[in-house]
Amino acid sequence: MTGGMPIDVTLPGFADPVGQAQASFRAVLDAMARPGTLVQVGEGLVPPAPLDPATGAVLLTLVDHETSVWLDTASAAAHDWIAFHCGAGFTDVSPQADFALALALPDLTTLSPGTHEQPETAATLILQVGSLTEGMRYRLRGPGLRATNTLAVSGLPADFVEIWQRNRAGFPRGVDLVLCAGTTLAALPRSVTVEAD
Amino acid sequence: MLDAMPADTPEEAPQDARRRWMSVLARAAADELETSLAATGGAPLYQRLRGPESGLVMVRGRAGGGGAAFNLGEMTVTRCTVRTETGQVGHAYIAGRDTRQAELAAVLDALLQDPARGDALRTSVIAPLAAEQAARRAKVAQKAAATKVQFFAMRNMRTS
Repeated sequence: MTGGMPIDVTLPGFADPVGQAQASFRAVLDAMARPGTLVQVGEGLVPPAPLDPATGAVLLTLVDHETSVWLDTASAAAHDWIAFHCGAGFTDVSPQADFALALALPDLTTLSPGTHEQPETAATLILQVGSLTEGMRYRLRGPGLRATNTLAVSGLPADFVEIWQRNRAGFPRGVDLVLCAGTTLAALPRSVTVEAD
Repeated sequence: MLDAMPADTPEEAPQDARRRWMSVLARAAADELETSLAATGGAPLYQRLRGPESGLVMVRGRAGGGGAAFNLGEMTVTRCTVRTETGQVGHAYIAGRDTRQAELAAVLDALLQDPARGDALRTSVIAPLAAEQAARRAKVAQKAAATKVQFFAMRNMRTS
């Protein structure tokens, strides 16, 4: 730690770091395996504004000193909390980020889609949205879903279906998306196909 | 290396002063910290931001000051971070797994940054603890010095 402003933290992280991080990890895993399924995560966690409990829990679970995080301007207020509790490295250059945190969908093409040799190096976008029970309805299809699944999201841009088609087209390269609202979470891995419902 | 550190003067940079008292707190036993805290107005209301939690850190060494760094071994460390009601954030990293010592040291670190209580605590808590630790170290050094073998003297004895 050299230079820079001292970080100012006012809020704790997980009360039970090991147990809660394991429970959150399992929740994210389930959400990724069954795209569009709603899972509960981050109950009792009080992250700083503007973050919701689910968003904070995902960060505490997945982000550590070995990953770099890119924040959009709206979520920059949470910088110190993430720095202290995750020990994360930050990057201003979004293509270099392993994780991106945003309150509005950024241009997915600016995030790392990984390479054909190492698709696992792609970025994961943690997007906080208004609601996962109301709003635009999407029909999901793909690995992990026996039939189709539906997901309602408020807070995604109107042309999200086209944006996601472009992200899906480069498979196995592409960005994975974790949607958080309140204490609810749903995931859209790059393998899923999204249509308007 | 406490005795080699500069004196706690007002000109000292705040970070150096804090580094000094944190090292004194990290070496003091939990009972000592609790007694001194109770004698100087008690603990304030505070919130635990992180821990106290134990973990391992890798201690790295460098042979002769010039070689490449190597891993000497892991040691157990307990850390704690608290925030007092007046808004000071105190940190503590201590050797071993005494969570009570880590928490008390973090509370004292926060209080020492409080302009209202810091100066009083520096004289009533840190100074006596530092003196005691220096005395303890001097005693050990004295015992070790008594058994020191004077290789130079032995060679002189044989040759003379």
